[in-house]
Amino acid sequence: MSKRIDVKDLNVYYGNFLAVEGVSINIAARSVTAFIGPSGCGKSTFLRTLNRMHEVLPGARVEGQVLLDGDDLYGSGVDPVAVRSHVGMVFQRPNPFPTMSIRDNVLAGVKLNGGRLSKSDAQEVVESSLKGANLWNEVKDRLDKPGSGLSGGQQQRLCIARAIAVKPDVILMDEPCSALDPISTLAVEDLINELKERYTVVIVTHNMQQAARVSDKTAFFNIAGTGKPGKLIEYADTTTIFNNPKEKATEDYVSGRFG
Amino acid sequence: MTAIATSRRRTALTRNRLPRYAPWASLAVGLVVGAALSTLVGFNFFGWGVFSAIIYTIVYVSWSGAVEGGRKARDKFATCLVVGAFIVVVLPLFSVIWTVLEGGIKGLLTPGFLGTSMNGVSGIQDNESVNTGSRVLGGIYHAIVGTLLITLWATIISVPVGLLTSVYLVEYGQGSRLAKAITLFVDVMTGIPSIVAGLFAAALFATIFGPGTETGFVAAVALTVLMIPVVVRSSEEMLRIVPNELREAAYALGVRKWRTILKVVIPTAISGIASGVTLAIARVIGETAPILLTAGFATKINYNVFSDWMASLPTYIYFQILNPTSPSNPDPSIQRAWGAALVLIIFVMILNLVARLVARIFAPKTGR
Amino acid sequence: MTRTVHETARATKGRDLTATETKTPESPGRLRALSSRQGAAGDKVFSGAALAAGAIILVVLVAVAVFLVVQAMPALLAPQSQIANGEGFWPYIFPLVVGTIIAAAIALLIATPISIGVALFISHYAPRRLSQILGYIIDLLAAIPSVIFGAWGISFLAPALVPGYTWLSSALGWIPIFAGPPSATGKTLLTASIVLAVMVIPIITSVCREIFLQTPKLHEEAALALGATRWEMIRMAVLPFARPGIISAVMLGLGRALGETMAVALVLSSGPLIASLLQSGNQTIAAEIALNFPEASGLSLNTLIAAGLVLFIVTLAVNLLARWVISRHKEFSGAN
Repeated sequence: MSKRIDVKDLNVYYGNFLAVEGVSINIAARSVTAFIGPSGCGKSTFLRTLNRMHEVLPGARVEGQVLLDGDDLYGSGVDPVAVRSHVGMVFQRPNPFPTMSIRDNVLAGVKLNGGRLSKSDAQEVVESSLKGANLWNEVKDRLDKPGSGLSGGQQQRLCIARAIAVKPDVILMDEPCSALDPISTLAVEDLINELKERYTVVIVTHNMQQAARVSDKTAFFNIAGTGKPGKLIEYADTTTIFNNPKEKATEDYVSGRFG
Repeated sequence: MTAIATSRRRTALTRNRLPRYAPWASLAVGLVVGAALSTLVGFNFFGWGVFSAIIYTIVYVSWSGAVEGGRKARDKFATCLVVGAFIVVVLPLFSVIWTVLEGGIKGLLTPGFLGTSMNGVSGIQDNESVNTGSRVLGGIYHAIVGTLLITLWATIISVPVGLLTSVYLVEYGQGSRLAKAITLFVDVMTGIPSIVAGLFAAALFATIFGPGTETGFVAAVALTVLMIPVVVRSSEEMLRIVPNELREAAYALGVRKWRTILKVVIPTAISGIASGVTLAIARVIGETAPILLTAGFATKINYNVFSDWMASLPTYIYFQILNPTSPSNPDPSIQRAWGAALVLIIFVMILNLVARLVARIFAPKTGR
Repeated sequence: MTRTVHETARATKGRDLTATETKTPESPGRLRALSSRQGAAGDKVFSGAALAAGAIILVVLVAVAVFLVVQAMPALLAPQSQIANGEGFWPYIFPLVVGTIIAAAIALLIATPISIGVALFISHYAPRRLSQILGYIIDLLAAIPSVIFGAWGISFLAPALVPGYTWLSSALGWIPIFAGPPSATGKTLLTASIVLAVMVIPIITSVCREIFLQTPKLHEEAALALGATRWEMIRMAVLPFARPGIISAVMLGLGRALGETMAVALVLSSGPLIASLLQSGNQTIAAEIALNFPEASGLSLNTLIAAGLVLFIVTLAVNLLARWVISRHKEFSGAN
């Protein structure tokens, strides 16, 4: 169920402001790709264009193509709602629905797409998704308690369980660990390593060690100055980016000279 | 557009979607069928609109259901309902405003309407103006005076009490049992029906000064009961959002608590407090029931709130409509009532706009 | 009390300022000692005044209750043959309570779904610029005095509804609440309820809109990222978050509708309790008080005050019920 992503000459605008310019990138199926770069370089904005979540932000629009196994996300007749059920997303801060129990949180997306579920099917989905998110053992006794009662790391894994319950092709993660403590971060990173066996994972991170630990390939984004658009500077195997990058800017960034 | 869509390879992403002209086509069907249906039951524009909206919704939603599936159809149905609710609300509310403008402008433009009272105006004058077509006599000067004085006194009493109470709640009483009791009681007070407030003031003054004590001040006391909780709540909210760092900075300079409150906390929150007070005034200035029970029914100008009956704009409107000056020819009274209603609405609108401007202009510059 | 505070504030103004500045030319020690003593007194006076203001509120509310009870007592204690033309107090008040509750209930039945719809339209459907303007307009409409709604109801709405009532009673006349013959003036309880609904819609809408706008973006995005349509997003994220707020908004509207006097007094052509909403008849407590108060004296005045007390208790009960409902929903609310 994993698909590749090919982006061709993508520009992202906020109103008239060009936020991200000319990104072309090919992301392989069953891999973890990390986006790194200084704040404001457009990596999160770009990530959102991969499942059309940028359309939620007022005035945001794109030019160019994003192909999911060859199907253009921005082609005519494409339904953004359908796109999002194929490309799941995990956000910076864990956001389980506070009014739903843990079980209902996991089933939230499934119920939208599948309509009615038998009780045993639902239980199976809940169990497999929570196991897939390494959360089953911690919550199996309190599935009917509200999801907001969990710790931050558990909440974030609950959100991942919720995303994989829909059986997406791709999972996008927007700085998924930035609101978590080190132990929870480790748990989520372990999970990312397992997820890549079944999904294409794209992760935005501020933490270069994290990018080095979890990703197969790394893309470095940079911005020439305030008011200028963000650009993709370099995209290569993670080891190449961190050990002998081609670009000067990349080297400066990964060696901690700025950003 | 559809040609391109169909020529494309069908993918998991491209679900069937309605063509772009679908809403317009549905609307056209709705309008035509709606016109036909409303002609069947006797044509009028209102019926046409209702039928068209219903037909449009049915056509559009079932079309979407057939092409796009149930989820999309439900989404579209919800959109229709939400937009429909909006239209349903806009109609009566604009009708209210239109009625007031239509009826009020004529009354307001009558010479002397703002400058004279109803003193000496009786059914005789009204009958004459209807029969001879001469201008309608009588005005609202006494009512404007009454409204302003009563509201002024209510403000004079309730603003200090309300403001100090909110200061107590935020600065002194935090978490104490008394503060909790006050918060609860303010909540209860917010729910007091305005007529009960009027009854209270009437009963209070009847007990102290004997039955039949009806003056502007009694009305002001009744309004105070309604106004205090509004002032307390809005000021409390405003004082609470003053950052604690400001207080601590003042304490660290050795400034006493009460001076910190007067010189730092309240000035920081003053724009919010002022706008809250203005809104509270706007709320009580239109209250009718309490004044009806407490200030009597005056036709003369009275500047003294402590003696004699006093008129006010809301009660003026009420009496002019319910008991026209000339029962056989109510039109002059109705005209005066709408004129007074227009003036009252203008008062309320001005107060609301002032509240917004105050909040915007005097907001502390650092707060942004 | 409050005036003394302001005077003290003004009197100490000059001196206290010098106290905060360390470099004062003339005898700083004496001045500072003086001002700090004054400051300490100021602290006491000010906190005392704040406390007193808080106490006044308690006193006022207690006074409201006490005076209403004291003035209502004669009506409850007097021989019941002397109350309300020999009817007795409870037989007199019962139809009024029923009328009040029916009018308010119908008003809310109409107003609640419409208000939620309008609030959603403003917060999640309308373009941003438009929604801001609409927010302003709704707030302004919420401020229109009730007597104006009443005047509109009697002069425009009541006559306009007569054809509709005629049709309703001919089509659905077998249902008791729509039984004919309909009033020829349209001055019925249903008209009064519709006017009440129009009045409370801006109030409920204004509160709901505010709460809908506070829905955390995180939850909305979570729903959208799962592939929810706009309506599904609203059902998953917005409505659950806003539920306690919606309840309190509706209760606020209910409080207004129960206690509203003018709209009913002007619009309704009152009479004894009847089932049909399309005929003149029925009455609410507040309108009954307003209509009869000017001529009341002695025992009949006490009777009206007792009626006011009953209205007070009914609205109080509604408020407490609302609090209880909201506190029951705490665990799954968006607050934690």
